[in-house]
Amino acid sequence: MAQIELNGQQLEVQDNQMLIQVADAAGVYIPRFCYHEKLSVSANCRMCLVEVEGAPKPLPACATPVTDGMKVKTRSAIARDAQQGTMEFLLINHPLDCPICDQGGECPLQDQAVSYGKDNSRYHEEKRAVSSPDIGPLVATAMTRCIHCTRCVRFGEELAGIMEMGAAGRGDHTSIGTYLGETIESELSGNMIDLCPVGALTSKPSRFSARSWELLSHNSIAPHDCLGSNLKVQTLRNKVIRVLSSENERINECWLSDRDRFSFEAISGNDRLMTPMVREQGRWRSVDWHGALEFAVEGLRRVIAKQGAESIGALISASSTLEEAYLCQKLIRGLGSHNVDHRLQQQDFRDDQLDQPPPGLGRSIASLESVKAALLVGSNIRKEQPLLGLRLRKAVLGGAEVASISALDYAFNFSLRFNQMDAPSAMPKKLAEVAAAVAKAKGVAVPEPVEQLLDSNGISGEADEIAEMLLKGGQDGAVILGFGALSHPRAATLKMLAHWISELTGASFGLLDRGNSAGATLAGSLPLHQQSESNPAGLNAKEMVREKLAGYLLFGVEPELDSLEQSAAQEAMVKADFVISINPYSSAGREYADVILPSAAFTETSGTHLNCEHQLQSFEGAVEPPGDARPGWKILRVMANMLDIDGFDFISSEEVLEEVKAGDRGTTGAQLPDWELIAGDKPRVIQDQRLESVNEISPYRLDSTLRRAESLQITRDNQLSKVSMSSPEMERLGIEENRAVVISGIGGRVSLPIISDQRVPAGCIHIPLATEEGQVLGGSSFVTLEID
Amino acid sequence: MNKIKHLLQTFLLLELVKGLALTGRYFFKPKFTIQYPEERTPMSPRFRGLHAQRRYSNGEERCIACKLCEAACPALAITIDVTEREDGSRRTERYDIDLFKCIYCGFCEEACPVDAIVLTEVCEYHFEERGTNVITKTELLALGEKHKTRIDLNQKADAPYR
Repeated sequence: MAQIELNGQQLEVQDNQMLIQVADAAGVYIPRFCYHEKLSVSANCRMCLVEVEGAPKPLPACATPVTDGMKVKTRSAIARDAQQGTMEFLLINHPLDCPICDQGGECPLQDQAVSYGKDNSRYHEEKRAVSSPDIGPLVATAMTRCIHCTRCVRFGEELAGIMEMGAAGRGDHTSIGTYLGETIESELSGNMIDLCPVGALTSKPSRFSARSWELLSHNSIAPHDCLGSNLKVQTLRNKVIRVLSSENERINECWLSDRDRFSFEAISGNDRLMTPMVREQGRWRSVDWHGALEFAVEGLRRVIAKQGAESIGALISASSTLEEAYLCQKLIRGLGSHNVDHRLQQQDFRDDQLDQPPPGLGRSIASLESVKAALLVGSNIRKEQPLLGLRLRKAVLGGAEVASISALDYAFNFSLRFNQMDAPSAMPKKLAEVAAAVAKAKGVAVPEPVEQLLDSNGISGEADEIAEMLLKGGQDGAVILGFGALSHPRAATLKMLAHWISELTGASFGLLDRGNSAGATLAGSLPLHQQSESNPAGLNAKEMVREKLAGYLLFGVEPELDSLEQSAAQEAMVKADFVISINPYSSAGREYADVILPSAAFTETSGTHLNCEHQLQSFEGAVEPPGDARPGWKILRVMANMLDIDGFDFISSEEVLEEVKAGDRGTTGAQLPDWELIAGDKPRVIQDQRLESVNEISPYRLDSTLRRAESLQITRDNQLSKVSMSSPEMERLGIEENRAVVISGIGGRVSLPIISDQRVPAGCIHIPLATEEGQVLGGSSFVTLEID
Repeated sequence: MNKIKHLLQTFLLLELVKGLALTGRYFFKPKFTIQYPEERTPMSPRFRGLHAQRRYSNGEERCIACKLCEAACPALAITIDVTEREDGSRRTERYDIDLFKCIYCGFCEEACPVDAIVLTEVCEYHFEERGTNVITKTELLALGEKHKTRIDLNQKADAPYR
């Protein structure tokens, strides 16, 4: 502890703190540009100069540690003079284009020039001009405005983990830009916009659309990853102009992923459905709500009368709110069907009968920073859950070791100690080796099904080392399954092995599913929910698509893109007698639906999300839905009333939430692993002449909203959604880059160009899901190439 | 004594004569009345009449859609939508002034960093149809064009005091 005097105020402060931190805590504001509490100290803007008694010159508060007996004056004549001088220098080359600058009105430089600057300038010479490079579709640049605080540079280096921005040149010739004129690739690039204290980096999608002072700010929750990042949705005249992060140290700190930041583009875009539509004799007609709902209800009744309630199925988007998912499943169950699911891209449902808790991280989000060892199974945590990736990166920088077992060589922003990248079919074997190694070290008998997964070579040396790493980590270890594991053909095997490993080592067991999957699970949008005599098991998403039901209720889903077996889903929808699509977008479901009901997007409805920490976060709508669109829960409620289903007398979404909470029986505890379910799993099967397919979904094609967010669609991350193979493999097969090759998979034959991608293992082909290309190939375990 | 004085005043109609003298004086004095509309009073260069938007001499519209006038307007009479023009510059897509709401305070003109929005000397206008009280960007620019000479003169006259 140290005793200091700050502007005459006696303070008892911690040692090793910087002056600026002490001043912030004491509520004394010291002007700053380069200092940011989440970034390292660089002390290059010199704005925070303060007078310290005894020091010959003013000292930068951000880089001066407190010492006992220090006497600091932040507003003395010397400090004020130093601050004014610095400000005058900063403004020498700063253009006076505040009226056309998007930062105008919320600009620290503007504010501090007023509070800490002089009233005029003595500089009359020519100002410096710097060219502004195009650094991608998300961040707009105006580098003449840059004051070289290097916050963006430090963010890239220290947090995002890729050095994309840098300072070139010295003195007056310094300029901040990307290396070699590349575009920014980071999945967190939007945070640089927030960090930039001037208007040098601004948001491209919100460019020139509003001024900060006229925006209304509403708190909300992000729907696209399992974190439930806290958002500030800012609106002008009932239109979402931009989305910013809302600080929440436990969840998203002060950051936000680009996915959550820029997905609003779809919501404010032109592809919104304004009125309910019905199709009669093949022609679309807009009708009023009453007509549309009657049409929908009649259609459902017709299907039930003809083929029974069991011929109706509901597919629910994992990005819907807890309330929507709950009402949707309640409606379907009220009709007498049990076919309801939100896991459209899962293909292995063998463990459904186990009473499992909703997917989650298995530990608090903040504690991921302090893990010592982590095992990632099929998880591209950096792109799938960007802010969790950030936490894990922090852990790695603090000395944690990470092993990855996956089917694609993901570009992580932290170093892996072990990278077990192999074909998807080899993943269970690799994981079984680790499990067996852990069991061996613990002296636990290896169960028969795990034994069977090992091939004649037994346990590899690397598996032993991973086991050792996890055992050393103990309680501070984490086993995390990602999309590559959940969509794996043997997902249940991977889940059980991973769970067993975590049980033996004491590590946490995490399943990182997309969006509000945890909420949908809690809401019971599963074919087996609280199973009983009166509530038997229904069909899961895969069966619903394969069995071609007569009626479908699609909630926020486009099955031809959202399903794993895209072609089968497309066929099922076209063949169905009656399809209801509840959806915010006018282009969704046009090909096969019979009635489309316009629902509200996530900024327009109230609801709740359950995040991976199993924390319920409710939010209110920020804007009114456009046209006749209505919140999804209201549509479902009225539809259920018209179908005469009991228990739908909700007048607010809070009441729905109360009912979900009251009905939650919790889980009987994890019943994993149940080895019988995976008995008979064999080690890798290799099919000669055929290529094994690796499924991946671009982080920007997860749901109908993201697919319509134009700027995200043209990012580099999304460009990877092409059919690709590794270049040695292409050479071996004699395929030229970008040349079309006929590929046949589960949905038929298709001619597609193949690009090279070093992430793909040998003998494999990468199939992007939720794309036109994936339409024919999605869901195939193996594909055949026809090369002439 | 007073009674006699009162009597004299009554019979000599002195007060009436006094009043008529005043009337007479004014009758022959030069007149202040201005025969509007044939005659007009001189106007200050700062007169705050109908709004107009100005262009630069090369024909480029001045307004850069900074929205400061909208923020300054105490009557919330101005509505602006911003867009990025094809050449990348920041322009208004919509610039509406509701003349029923406007209180002609001139704050918009004061707030404007590029002297785009001005209040002209035009004070005679009327509306014949509902809705025409909202003047649009095209109309404002046309007004600027029409009264260019006067606006420029007034701007010049007032320039030393800005």
